[in-house]
Amino acid sequence: MHQKKLAELAAALRAGDFTSEELTRAFLERIERYDGQLNSVITLTAEQALQQARAADARIAAGEGGPLTGIPFLHKDIFCTLGVRTSCGSRMLDNFEAPYDATVSARLREAGAVMLGKTNMDEFAMGSSNETSFYGPVRNPWDLERVPGGSSGGSAAAVAARLAPLATGTDTGGSIRQPAALCGITGIKPTYGRVSRYGMIAFASSLDQGGPLASSAEDAAWLLQAMSGFDERDSTSMERPVDPYPEMLDMDLSGLRIGLPREYFGEGLDAGVAAAVEAAVEAFRGLGAEVRDISLPNAALAVPAYYVVAPAECSSNLSRMDGVRFGYRCENPRDLEDLYVRSRGEGFGAEVKRRILIGTYALSAGYYDAYYLKAQQVRRLIRDDFTRAFGEVDLIMGPTSPTTAFRLGEKADDPVTMYLSDIYTIAVNLAGLPGMSIPAGMVDGLPVGLQIIGNYFDEARMLAAAHRYQQVTDWHRRRPPGFE
Amino acid sequence: MEWEVVIGLEIHAQLATRSKIFSGASTAYGAPPNTQACAVDLGLPGVLPVLNGEVVRMAAKFGLATHSTVARRSVFARKNYFYPDLPKGYQISQYELPIVHDGYLDIDLDDGSSKRIGITRAHLEEDAGKSLHEDFHGQTGIDLNRAGTPLLEIVSEPDIRSAREAVAYMKKIHALVRYLEICDGNMQEGSFRCDANVSLRPRGQEAFGTRTEIKNINSFRFVERAINYEIERQMDVLEGGGQVVQETRLYDADRDETRSMRTKEEANDYRYFPDPDLLPVELDQAFLDEVAASLPELPDARRARFVEQYGLSHHDAGVLTASREVAAYFEATVEAAGGEGKLSANWVTGELSGVLNKEGMDIGDSPVTPQMLGGLLLRIADGTISGKIAKQVFEAMWKGEGEADSIIEQRGLKQITDSGAIEKIVREVLEANPKQVEQYKGGQEKLLGFFVGQVMKATQGKANPGEVNRIIKRLLAD
Repeated sequence: MHQKKLAELAAALRAGDFTSEELTRAFLERIERYDGQLNSVITLTAEQALQQARAADARIAAGEGGPLTGIPFLHKDIFCTLGVRTSCGSRMLDNFEAPYDATVSARLREAGAVMLGKTNMDEFAMGSSNETSFYGPVRNPWDLERVPGGSSGGSAAAVAARLAPLATGTDTGGSIRQPAALCGITGIKPTYGRVSRYGMIAFASSLDQGGPLASSAEDAAWLLQAMSGFDERDSTSMERPVDPYPEMLDMDLSGLRIGLPREYFGEGLDAGVAAAVEAAVEAFRGLGAEVRDISLPNAALAVPAYYVVAPAECSSNLSRMDGVRFGYRCENPRDLEDLYVRSRGEGFGAEVKRRILIGTYALSAGYYDAYYLKAQQVRRLIRDDFTRAFGEVDLIMGPTSPTTAFRLGEKADDPVTMYLSDIYTIAVNLAGLPGMSIPAGMVDGLPVGLQIIGNYFDEARMLAAAHRYQQVTDWHRRRPPGFE
Repeated sequence: MEWEVVIGLEIHAQLATRSKIFSGASTAYGAPPNTQACAVDLGLPGVLPVLNGEVVRMAAKFGLATHSTVARRSVFARKNYFYPDLPKGYQISQYELPIVHDGYLDIDLDDGSSKRIGITRAHLEEDAGKSLHEDFHGQTGIDLNRAGTPLLEIVSEPDIRSAREAVAYMKKIHALVRYLEICDGNMQEGSFRCDANVSLRPRGQEAFGTRTEIKNINSFRFVERAINYEIERQMDVLEGGGQVVQETRLYDADRDETRSMRTKEEANDYRYFPDPDLLPVELDQAFLDEVAASLPELPDARRARFVEQYGLSHHDAGVLTASREVAAYFEATVEAAGGEGKLSANWVTGELSGVLNKEGMDIGDSPVTPQMLGGLLLRIADGTISGKIAKQVFEAMWKGEGEADSIIEQRGLKQITDSGAIEKIVREVLEANPKQVEQYKGGQEKLLGFFVGQVMKATQGKANPGEVNRIIKRLLAD
């Protein structure tokens, strides 16, 4: 049951082969059995899931509902969920129960999807290894001594181990694509403005975007469609119709032009990863695509610009966590200053504090022009690079991450090395483009991710290319041993 | 040394929208604490602001009415600081690109001349909540009803040279925002308040002296007193050889003094940056044209029209146009009084405003409506009653005894204009006072007033005074 793809599960529910309640129980049992090793779930909502499953069964029996009705999923613990704790991986929100649903949560609830629980993540989505979570690190199902990537590490590990057929994630600098790559699954970061950010706890508002994680492009297309769409409660969401992604998976790709940015294949890229990515590109050439070299001359500026913009925004976004109205509050504050200092000092972990400090510094009087303003200028240069590139190609491809999954603790004490693991994904967020990662090979028993970058709102083409590739390869069907 | 006073005002006008600037919660005043604060106002994790389009329209109205530039593109920025009644840890405001900039307003000075005060900018922002220090046993309560209330912060150029000018400017802005119906102007409820920047410099010097900022003054009277206190204080410091410290001060109305709140060194670095949750506000010509077309007649234009149309003095026209309500009341009165502009002006600025002041009432609450007052003035104009009797009728109307005509009828106040009847009474008066008649004829003509008084007394004031005068003179001349 748990190995079936989404379309098969939906068909089976409709055919009465099994009920959503049975399906939900099956996945809850897998979580029960395997998650002790992975630590991918922070809050399990078994009771609520079974209720939702029974409601979905009723809808299906009445001939109602859609493709996601009755399908279980795991929800990144950054999306607010009415009546269920939303911790964002932090002690600060360990006791926080939102009195409202995020727009994405509400859309999935209305679609009849069954929420099994909330997944582990780097604290406030700040991290590339899922080691900064207050709830402890998540482990990679392909090798329990290795990280799953981050910040959507819980979602990626859980889908890779088939603890759920689908999961949500968020991506600010690679937080969906990098863990998808490291765990051997498919993950999509949509165009900025495609998925509502309302109720998605903000890390860096101008970069954050929610998206799906799944076993294949096809499955991801269904979840992306359900998550997407204009939301009047998010001023940055785009009032533009959502393409029917699942229907467009088989779109005509003849004459597809693929660009390989030479800056993504230079120093720092693991040789095994490079070979796998090149082989994947060969496969696309074999499918009839035209492949050409392109240049993104300002690519090297992406990481430094990102580490000004993202911390600057987060330093402000996280100010509301002040111990006054919700969340963690220190014991017996002496006065107001003590309340602030200790609540935030005790509530936030080290990486979050580091970024708040960097961001506060970057926005300070006298530094603003040199850092924040300069970073915004760099951002325009990066966007212009992509705009030029999309003048000559339809999709851009390259590695998602410079290496396969690294060991727990390996980079934890060296933030700069850790930050460089997002070197190929960050520019996409700075430009606001859609990007995805699909499994495209294995090196020493660990998955390699191929990154596909599309033009603005061209998710359908990106998905169709990934789908075509997945029809002629089986990397996306590989499962980590020990989670059968 | 002769000192020149330099003042700039920052006025906060609460925009009269039904819902908040970035959420759908109500802005109504006086609700129980925290009953008008939704998830967005509480700054809960995950919430996002959505701009209330009405505030943009209101700000544009203000810009057009003050000869300002209404920016085609303005940007919301975050002003970051921690305070318990500031839920998000930042205030959404406008910083580098405000929606309105570079305008002016002309004010009247005491000597009758007028002066132009520059408006540097006016920007949109959200208000914070309120900290409540009473009734919490040493702890502080937070009421977030006010959080997210839309404000227009109007910043003047440092063109103001005295406390009187500051008050005149503030009153003019107050009248204007009420004319435009973008602010209710209620100062007790904090809908209209100001910060005053005050500095002194030796007369003739171009460079500004060090300024202090007096925060949150919420009445015209306090603005004048606070600024005057601050001028005296700074003068004492400077003449004593000291230096003014750049700081924020608070005006204490009970003690009539300003006190230091915090110095520049203690000031926050607000780390302004564009709010990534909100798009820039982009306005096109069609929108601005539409707003311009929707503007009501503005105070200065209306004042000029009153002078022209009703033959009023510049001063009276100014008094009558100082508020939209008074102007509307006046014009409705003129209409009901058959076009008697001057008479209506005299009554609205005289009798009516006297009793309103005495009772501490607004013109909108007057029990005498413009139609009632106009009805009374008609009777003065057509000679039915004298001005003196009219005051009695007005008093009766104020007490709720009905319309002018029915009061005149019931009380029999109709003026006696029949000269035969008046002559009969005059003769009686002259016969009853032979000694005075003697004296009058002997040259004491000021006794005319005495005779008139006696006639009026005998007729309970109803005799037409002109007629009485004429007849007495005629009979005594015989």
